[in-house]
Amino acid sequence: MVAPNDKGKGLLASLDWFTIVIYVALLGLGWMSVCGASYEFDQGLNFFDFGTRSGMQIVWIVTSFLLGLLILSIDERFFDSFSYIIYLGLIVLLAATPYIAHSIKGSLSWIKVGPFSIQPAEFAKFATALCVAKYMSHNDYNISRWFNFVVTCLLFLLPMVLIVMQRETGSALVYSAFFLMLYREGMPGSVLFAGVSAVLFFVVGVRFDDVPFWGIQPISSGRFWVMFLILVFVLGLLRVYTRRLAPFLLILFYGIGLTLAALFFSKYVLPFDITWIQLAILLFTSAYLIWLAVKYRSSRYVYIALFALGGLTLHYSANYVLDNVMEPHQQTRIRVLLGMEDDPRGAGYNVIQAKIAIGSGGLRGKGFLNGTQTKLKYVPEQDTDFIFCTVGEEEGFLGCAIVLGLFLALILRLIHLAERQPYAFGRIYGYSVMSIFLFHVFINVGMVLGLTPVIGIPLPFFSYGGSSLWGFTILLFIFLRMDAGRNRFTHK
Amino acid sequence: MENDRQYSGRKYVLGGIAVVIILVYLLRLFTLQLTSDDFKRSADSNAFLKRIQFPARGAIRDREGKLLVYNQPAYDIMVVISEMVNVDTLDLCQSLGINKDWFDRRMVEIMDRSRNPGYSKYTQQLFMSQLSAEEFSSFQEKLFRFPGFYIQKRNIRQYAYPNAAHVLGDVGEVSPSDIEADDYYQSGDYIGKQGVERSYERQLRGEKGVEILLRDARGRIKGNYQDGKFDRQPVPGKNLTLSLDLELQQLGERLMQHKLGSIVAIEPSTGEILCLVSSPTYDPRLMVGRQRGKNHQMLNADPHLPLLNRAINGTYPPGSTFKTSQALTFLEEGIITPQTAYPCSHGFHYHGMKVGCHGHGSPLPLIPAIGTSCNGYFCWGLYHMLSNRKRYDNIQEAMTTWKDYMVSMGFGYQLGVDLPGEKRGMIPNADFYDKHLGRTWSPLSVISISIGQGEVTLTPLQIANLGATIANRGYYITPHIVKEVQGEPLDTTYSTKHYTKVSRRNYEYVVEGMRRAVTGGTCRTANNPWYEVCGKTGTAQNRGHDHSVFMGFAPKDNPQIAVAVYVENGGWGATFGVPIGALIMEKFINGHLSAASEARAESIEKKVIFYGSTKR
Repeated sequence: MVAPNDKGKGLLASLDWFTIVIYVALLGLGWMSVCGASYEFDQGLNFFDFGTRSGMQIVWIVTSFLLGLLILSIDERFFDSFSYIIYLGLIVLLAATPYIAHSIKGSLSWIKVGPFSIQPAEFAKFATALCVAKYMSHNDYNISRWFNFVVTCLLFLLPMVLIVMQRETGSALVYSAFFLMLYREGMPGSVLFAGVSAVLFFVVGVRFDDVPFWGIQPISSGRFWVMFLILVFVLGLLRVYTRRLAPFLLILFYGIGLTLAALFFSKYVLPFDITWIQLAILLFTSAYLIWLAVKYRSSRYVYIALFALGGLTLHYSANYVLDNVMEPHQQTRIRVLLGMEDDPRGAGYNVIQAKIAIGSGGLRGKGFLNGTQTKLKYVPEQDTDFIFCTVGEEEGFLGCAIVLGLFLALILRLIHLAERQPYAFGRIYGYSVMSIFLFHVFINVGMVLGLTPVIGIPLPFFSYGGSSLWGFTILLFIFLRMDAGRNRFTHK
Repeated sequence: MENDRQYSGRKYVLGGIAVVIILVYLLRLFTLQLTSDDFKRSADSNAFLKRIQFPARGAIRDREGKLLVYNQPAYDIMVVISEMVNVDTLDLCQSLGINKDWFDRRMVEIMDRSRNPGYSKYTQQLFMSQLSAEEFSSFQEKLFRFPGFYIQKRNIRQYAYPNAAHVLGDVGEVSPSDIEADDYYQSGDYIGKQGVERSYERQLRGEKGVEILLRDARGRIKGNYQDGKFDRQPVPGKNLTLSLDLELQQLGERLMQHKLGSIVAIEPSTGEILCLVSSPTYDPRLMVGRQRGKNHQMLNADPHLPLLNRAINGTYPPGSTFKTSQALTFLEEGIITPQTAYPCSHGFHYHGMKVGCHGHGSPLPLIPAIGTSCNGYFCWGLYHMLSNRKRYDNIQEAMTTWKDYMVSMGFGYQLGVDLPGEKRGMIPNADFYDKHLGRTWSPLSVISISIGQGEVTLTPLQIANLGATIANRGYYITPHIVKEVQGEPLDTTYSTKHYTKVSRRNYEYVVEGMRRAVTGGTCRTANNPWYEVCGKTGTAQNRGHDHSVFMGFAPKDNPQIAVAVYVENGGWGATFGVPIGALIMEKFINGHLSAASEARAESIEKKVIFYGSTKR
C-alpha cells in the first residue's frame, strides 16, 4: 500500500502545495478563533491546557496533520479499488450509529470510542464521494440514462436518510451538495435550477409566511415573494430557452405591470391580498405558454409552464403540509431548521446575538481574546457552528475578508485541480470535495450573517471538534493524493 | 470522456457561484460591520454591567457634636425584566409580603417609560425599596428561586432624636423632574427632599462610584472589565455640623407643645441659628423607610400643617416687635430725637383715625414709649415722617425711604437662610399703595404699619434677625443653620456683615427702650438676676384671637442670643411670648434652667391653645 520509494520525490514535487498552504492557514486562524471562543475572562490564559477546548483543538490539529501524512503515503489506486468497501463499511456504521450512540442534545450521531466521541456522519462524506466517483467513472456510465442517474442519487441519498435518522438533519442536507458535482458531470442545468428554485420557494414561502409584506397586513411576504420569483424565473427561462421576443415582452408587461398596480392599490387605496392577483397572473401565463406550445409545436413552452405550475403547487402544498399534515414535532423540526424557532428568549435571539457579535467588530475587530459577545456566551454554539462570530468580533471586517478569501481560493483551486485530473474518478471526487466545502461555507457563514436558515453544520477547519476536522482533512487529502499521482500514468 | 470536454465550461458556472456567494457575504459583512455602530452599542450593553456603588451620605451633628442623623443599611430589591423567566410570582409576593395586585401594578410602573425614564429591560430596575435587615435575610434565602431579582444594599437615614424635623428634612426617591434636572440621578436614587438634606444635597450625597463588570448571557458576573481600570470608587458625602443646639431645640419644641407657632434663636455675632422650632412638629423617623409615603400623606392631611416650617414659611404680622424698627428709622431720619415725646390718650386719634392703646402716662419720650409699647407714639412718628414735606417731596418719596430702611433690616425679601422654601414676607412700598389705594392715599391710610400691623408681614426668622441686628447695634449676618461642612469652607454669605441704614448710636436708644420693657414695661417676667435681658413684646391682631409675640436678646452687652417667639392666637405678648423667650435665653446662657424656671417651663408646656380642626 505504501508508495514505493522511487515515487517519494515525485510525490512531494507534484503535491499541490498551494492548497496545503491554504489548509494550514485556515487551521491556524481556526485555532485562534477557538481560543477566542472558548476563553473565559475569569480564567487565565491556558490555551495549551488539554482540559480546555483550545488545548484539545491542538490535539485534533496535530493528529489531522499526521492523518494527512498517512493519506499522502497511501497509493492512490487504493482509493479507487476500495471505494465501494469503504462506502459499505461507513453505511453499516451509520446505520448502526443510532443504536449504539449516546444522546447529546437529542442527537444520536455520536459514538464513544475510548475517551473520545466521534461522529461517523463526518466520515461518511469522503466515503460517499469516493463511491459516487467510482460508480460514475465506469466506462458505460451515462448520466442521461435514468437508471444511472437514479442510482447515483441513491448512493448519496442513502447516507442522507441514515443521518436524518440520527436526528442530524443539518449534516444530512450537506449531501445535496452532490448535485453541484452532478451538474458539472452533465446533469441538465435545468434540473439544478429546478432544484435550487424548489428549495428557494420552500424556504422563502415557509420562513416569511407570517410576515406582512411592506406593512400591508393581508399580504404574506413569503407568498408574495414566491409568486414574484416564479414570474421572474419564467421570464428568465423564456429569454434563455426560447427565441421569440413577443411572448416575453407580453408577460413582462402584463405580469409585472399588473402586480405593481395591484401592490400600489393595496398599499395606498384599499389593503387587500394581492397574491390572488399574482396567482391569476401565473395561471394565465401558464395557459398562454401551453397555447404557445401547441401553436409553435415547441415543448420548451410546456416545460416553462410546468415550472410555473410546479412552483405554485410546491408552495401551496408546502404550507398546507406543514400546517395540516405534519405532526407538531415534525413542524417544529422544520421550523428549527429554518431558524424560526429554537430561540429560548424570543424571536431570533441566536441570529440577533450573532449579528451583534459580528457587527460590533468594525473594521479591525476588538482584538484577539477581546470579544465580549462570544466570550460571555451571548452567541450560542460559539466555538462550533457559530465560530465565524468570533472571527467577526475579534478580527473585524478585515479578518472576515481574509477568511472568506482563503475559502474562495480553496474552492477555486479545487475546481482547477479537479479539472486537471486525467480520469473521471479523480475529477468527480474533486468536484465532490469542492461542492461539500462550498455548501458548508455557504450555509455556515450565511446563517451566522442571518442570510440562510440556521442549519447546524460546522465551518470547515474552524469549528471545534475532532470528527469534523478529521473528516475534512481526509476528504481533502485523499484528493490531494489523487492529484499528486495524476502524472503517473501519463508519463510512464 | 466526451462528457468531460462537453461540460468543462460548467466549471466557470460553479466557480462563479462560489465567487458570487463570497461577494454577497462580504457585502453583508460590510453593512453589518462598517455602516453602523448600533451593533457595537448593543454588544456593550449586553456585556457591561455598570454596578453603581452608592456612597455613604454625610452625617449631621449639632453644634455640640451630638450625632443627629446617620446611615443604616437597608436593602432594595432590584429586577431585570429580561431575566425574569419562570418566576413564581405568587411565591415571590408571599416571600415579600405583598399581594399580586401590587406586584402587577409595580411591574407596569417599572415598564412605563414616562414614569421611569431610565427603563431598560436589560438593566436593574428598582422593584421594592428599603427592606429591613430581617426582611432581607429571609428573602435572601429564597432569592435563587427568583431569577432576575437582585438585592442591592443601600443606606437609609436614621435620626437619633425625634426633634428638629423641619431643620433636618428628609430624603426620598428622586422624582422624574429631579432626574431631568440633574443627570447624576437615576431612577431609584435618593435625594434630599426637605430641610438641610435638600439645601446641602450636593455636599451630603457624595459621588457615586461605578464598577464595570462583565456579564455573560446568563447574567453571571465574570469579573471586572480590564481588571477594574475604568472603575470609580464612591466618594462619601461630607459631614455637616449644624449651628443648632439640640438641647435648646428640644426645650423649644417642648414649650411649643399644643400650640401653633415658632421659636427662632440666633447667635447675633455669627448669624448662627441656635434653634428653629416650628410647631406642630413631627418625628423625623416617620419619614424613613417604606412607611414614608403613608406617613407623609397622613401629615399632609393634618389641618395644623405639621409639614409647614412656620419659622421660615409662615408670614405673620410682627405686631409691636416691629416698633423697634420704626424707632430706628425715625431717629436716623431725624423725625424724632430720643427726647421727642408724643401724646397718647388711650391711643392715636387724628382726623377720625383711631388706633387704640392701653393705659399709661402721656406724653412719653422714646425709651418709655418702647418700654410700654405705646401705639400712639409710633403712629405719630410715621405720620410725621410721611407728611414731612421738607425732607421728602411727596409721600411716595417718604414711603420709599421708609421701605429702604425696612429692606436694609432684612425685611421684605428672603434673608437667604440655608434652608429650602424661605418666604420673603411683605413690606409695602409706594407703588403698592398707589395701586391699591389710588394716588390720593395719605399717611393715615397706612398708619397701622408703624405698629407692625396692616400690610406688613414677617417670618419668625426675620423677627429673630431683627433682634440679632439690634443686639449687634446695626448689622446682621445672614442667619444660617449649618456651621461647618467637612473639608469645605463655609459660604462667605454666612460671614458677611450686612449693615442697616441706621447708625450704631441710634441703636443704643432702642436697646435702652427694650431694656426698659424688661425692667419696667411689658416684658417684666423676662427679668432675671443673672444677666440683663432686652425684649419687646408683640400682640398681633388678626382675624382670630391675637398672636402672642416676643423678640429679645441677652445679655444687653455682648449678646449671646437673640430670640423670636411667635405663638399663634396666644393672646398678649406677655402671656406666651415673654416667658418662652426668657426660658430659651436662660437655657442657652446658663446652660440649664433654674428650679423656678423649670416649673414655669412645665406649666407652659402643658398649656393648650385650642385651634379647632379647620384647615389653617
